[in-house]
Amino acid sequence: MIKDITLGQYFPGNSAIHRLDPRTKLLGMIAYIVIVFLVTKTPVFIIPALFAAICIYLARVPFGYVIRSLKPIRFLLVFMFIVNLFMVRTGKTVIAFWIISITDEAIKQSVYITLRLVLLLVGTSLMTLTTTPIALTDGLERLLMPLSKIHFPAHELAMMMTIALRFIPTLIEEADKIMKAQMARGADFESGNLIKRAKNMIPILVPLFVSAFRRADELAMAMESRCYHGGEGRTRMNVLKFGCGDGVAAAAFAVLTALTIAAQKLIP
Amino acid sequence: MPIVVEKLNYAYMQGSAITKAALTDISLRIEDGEFLGLIGHTGSGKSTFVQQLNGLLQPNSGTVHVDEFDMADKKQRMEGRKLVGMVFQYPEYQLFEESVEKDVAFGVKNMGIGEEEALERAHEAMALVGLAPEKFAAKSPFELSGGEKRRAALAGIIAMKPKYLVLDEPMAGLDPLGRKAILDTIDNLRASLGCAVLMVSHSMDDMADRAERIAVMNGGRLVMEGKTRDVFAQSELLTSIGLDVPQASRLGMELRKRGIDIPENIYEIEEMELALLKLLSKGGRA
Repeated sequence: MIKDITLGQYFPGNSAIHRLDPRTKLLGMIAYIVIVFLVTKTPVFIIPALFAAICIYLARVPFGYVIRSLKPIRFLLVFMFIVNLFMVRTGKTVIAFWIISITDEAIKQSVYITLRLVLLLVGTSLMTLTTTPIALTDGLERLLMPLSKIHFPAHELAMMMTIALRFIPTLIEEADKIMKAQMARGADFESGNLIKRAKNMIPILVPLFVSAFRRADELAMAMESRCYHGGEGRTRMNVLKFGCGDGVAAAAFAVLTALTIAAQKLIP
Repeated sequence: MPIVVEKLNYAYMQGSAITKAALTDISLRIEDGEFLGLIGHTGSGKSTFVQQLNGLLQPNSGTVHVDEFDMADKKQRMEGRKLVGMVFQYPEYQLFEESVEKDVAFGVKNMGIGEEEALERAHEAMALVGLAPEKFAAKSPFELSGGEKRRAALAGIIAMKPKYLVLDEPMAGLDPLGRKAILDTIDNLRASLGCAVLMVSHSMDDMADRAERIAVMNGGRLVMEGKTRDVFAQSELLTSIGLDVPQASRLGMELRKRGIDIPENIYEIEEMELALLKLLSKGGRA
């Protein structure tokens, strides 16, 4: 039941996209987001869409997996589309009946807002699908490194993220165990009103917190006993290195940016 | 009426890409009042099987009946669950109340029994597991020692007066004294409540000492089932699937390998001692 939750949707593989340096993917992600926001004309969306499609193909991730990431926001998408459709009042009226009127401008607006959201989501989920959470935090740490000059705790932040990610499955398993143990003692989590249900969670939450603190304590002890004392002077086992694939990716993003800007200028 | 499991199949994450058969075609009866031991090594499906017995997991196919209750039915499952007391691995992590007596009474109250009677039953159960109520009742469960916590959690199940007591490695992580205390408590319970016990354990010597019948699981299947003596008589087979055997059986196996004639069904130390003495005196006479 509770174990079926998937967190971080990494799809294992060894494609060119999987092998890219996480820093390249993070920076590329930012570039992609900027590009998608640069587009203001609906036909130009074809360029970033095509780019995303090529990336999905190269990553050898099943297309359905990427589409699935849209599922949680499907209501938001529909809602945005409808609100824009009825709220935009400028432009020629295309359809009008009763008190509702839809203008051509409204159709354009809602189509491109929806497209923009879809493209953003497809792009970001492609990144999380092809990068392990650990690699991502690793890349983030390296990218934030220059900020540690002004005392920004880049390493500590990355370490916290890594530990949190590491313990999510452990805590889910633990919660599952405790839940079963309390259910075996006749606890009921499925009936009653909201307040009663919240109260029924106490037998799970108290042991879960106790064990989370115990684990944190043990982990801190284990890290200290292996001489961990923060980021200063710490070397790593897997040093991130840009390869020729990263060069290709950078070139691809340059082309994408140039194409989008050109298309944006040329298309009326 | 017993617990009857018939042709049970179960897979984790049924229908997804990573589905994995955990239990295959298991049929087993747990008779009233008996002490059944369940052995098998890590990952053999013991814990998964045990959770089927009170409906925490439901089979993909096959049936589980606790007395007259069919555990596949949601309403009957709730009734059946009251009969099966389930003590998980490391049960001390389920404690949450502010006092031991309240925690022990938690399950009883969930059965719909009033506050006063619940506390009374909690005190009874605490006495049974060796936590004197006058000393421990008002204490916070988080102040207890590891062994005491374990016994408090056990009391929480016992207070519900189950007809079947299922224990998943109740002695894991305890020292020899703690192990003996738990085993003696279980014997006490059987004597005073008459409940049947299904115990999962890795300790073959404890099994040899207490269990009347033993079931052996391997790779999600039930590979052997029978009287303790008959199961341990097949020590070679048990060893071949990577399981331990009681000390006396191991000694017997080694002696037979060296050509000394020791019956295969000896698994208790005292018995082995007698057999060896007999052999020695025979040798002396010859």
